[in-house]
Amino acid sequence: MGSAEQPGKPVISKGVDRFFSDVHEIFRFISRFFKEVFLPPFELREFIRQCFYVGNKSLMLISLTGFITGLVFTKQSRPSLAEFGATSWLPSLISIAIIRALAPLVTALICAGKVGSSIGAELASMKVTEQIDAMEVSAINPFKYLVVTRIMATTICLPLLMCYTGIIGLAGAFLDVHLNEQTSVQTFIQNAFTNISFLDLGASLVKALVYGFTIGVVSCYQGFHATQGTQGVGKAANVSVVISMFLIFIEEVLIVQLVNAIR
Amino acid sequence: MKPFTHDIDWHETVIHIQDLYKSFGDNHVLQGVHLDLHRGENIVVLGRSGTGKSVLIKIIAGLLKPDSGTVRVLGQDVDQLDTAGLRDLRLKLGFCFQHGALYDSMTVCENLAFPLKRNEPGMTRAERDRRIDLVLEAVGLAHTKNQMPAELSGGQRKRIGIARTLILRPEIMLYDEPTAGLDPITCTEINNLINEVQGRFKTSSIIITHDLTCAKATGDNIAVMKEGRFIRQGNFNEVFSDGDELIREFYDYNFIQ
Repeated sequence: MGSAEQPGKPVISKGVDRFFSDVHEIFRFISRFFKEVFLPPFELREFIRQCFYVGNKSLMLISLTGFITGLVFTKQSRPSLAEFGATSWLPSLISIAIIRALAPLVTALICAGKVGSSIGAELASMKVTEQIDAMEVSAINPFKYLVVTRIMATTICLPLLMCYTGIIGLAGAFLDVHLNEQTSVQTFIQNAFTNISFLDLGASLVKALVYGFTIGVVSCYQGFHATQGTQGVGKAANVSVVISMFLIFIEEVLIVQLVNAIR
Repeated sequence: MKPFTHDIDWHETVIHIQDLYKSFGDNHVLQGVHLDLHRGENIVVLGRSGTGKSVLIKIIAGLLKPDSGTVRVLGQDVDQLDTAGLRDLRLKLGFCFQHGALYDSMTVCENLAFPLKRNEPGMTRAERDRRIDLVLEAVGLAHTKNQMPAELSGGQRKRIGIARTLILRPEIMLYDEPTAGLDPITCTEINNLINEVQGRFKTSSIIITHDLTCAKATGDNIAVMKEGRFIRQGNFNEVFSDGDELIREFYDYNFIQ
């Protein structure tokens, strides 16, 4: 990171230089990931350990948030639909909202906060205490062991967690619908999936994959390039979350535009 | 099987450094460094903080790239090596970090097993355990095998760091401030350990320090660094009997400390 700064150069120019230099470094980082991910040795044990951490760290929060999102969204939507006597459309409306947008987004934002900050801080701490250098001089590839496994874990776990959030969210919605309209599970499911297409499911899975990859890359990059001692650890954790969330929102807009164009 | 110790050819140069320059922006850290390390020799690089000592050994280990100059380790130009070549060279180089750099999520045993599992995958568990016991016994910490790094003292961490380095049977050891931050008794223990490692495992070493006691106890030769270049080289008596004011200052400072 960090471009060569020339004395006397205007501040804006330095900022622009640094921005493009950082973008260049991130692309190099991503291309190194794609190069190393297909080359042996495959750190399967570490990958499974990371998958467990990603799931374990976010499962409780995702369960709670997913359920409450489904429940509250149903409660908030009922009065508007009731005005038109269309409360029977609730399952369909809620399932579209959850599957198309809420499940991938809620899962990604929670994982960015819980997992992204944790990966950023862990790698940054290893960097500033020279543990990453220690791997390097022991002829171990730290990029493969630390970065590739974590990016793979977030990329693969996010879609699974997203499916789980969707199911929990629909369960929350069902609870409210059942208590108010005495709808059975079968009727709820039938209504919920009437307007859901394979494109919706596929798009959500792709979104989750992209968000997972983004969280993995951003947090690993921040951790792997941490500086300034212990201060750098906090900074890496914080920046990992902020940049991940920012990119997730941008990707959400782009993917929705793309899916709407296909639809 | 590769022997744990190495045959000594006292005339063989294992590290040859010539005209080495390294800068970070406007900070010219190394400015024309020359150094030869012979097999079986301990060279102490002595100097104040910020003179470029640690940068020098990081360049030798291939962790940093020099701006110009030659760094030849065991006959290979470090700067010209590809990834595989550098990996092979690093198996022959042991780097002991200032604070041990132990993997804090692993026990002592796992710290030692980790480089072995990655670099000698064919090794059986029994062989691995034997090797771990051997190096732990060599650093006098066999009882810490199942402890976490957080449970160890500063001196113990450094010893385990040395053990983790020895486990790959290096030919050359690079010590970065091995006695920094330790009490005088532990410093003496570490100095003795460095000498024991040299005698028992027939390694050649570069020891980076600003501690004169460490330099005197461990160095066959001493190179005093100031502002990125060596201003004096020789054995302890040659270097410190010299009338150079800076060296006298250094000596007096350490003596007072």
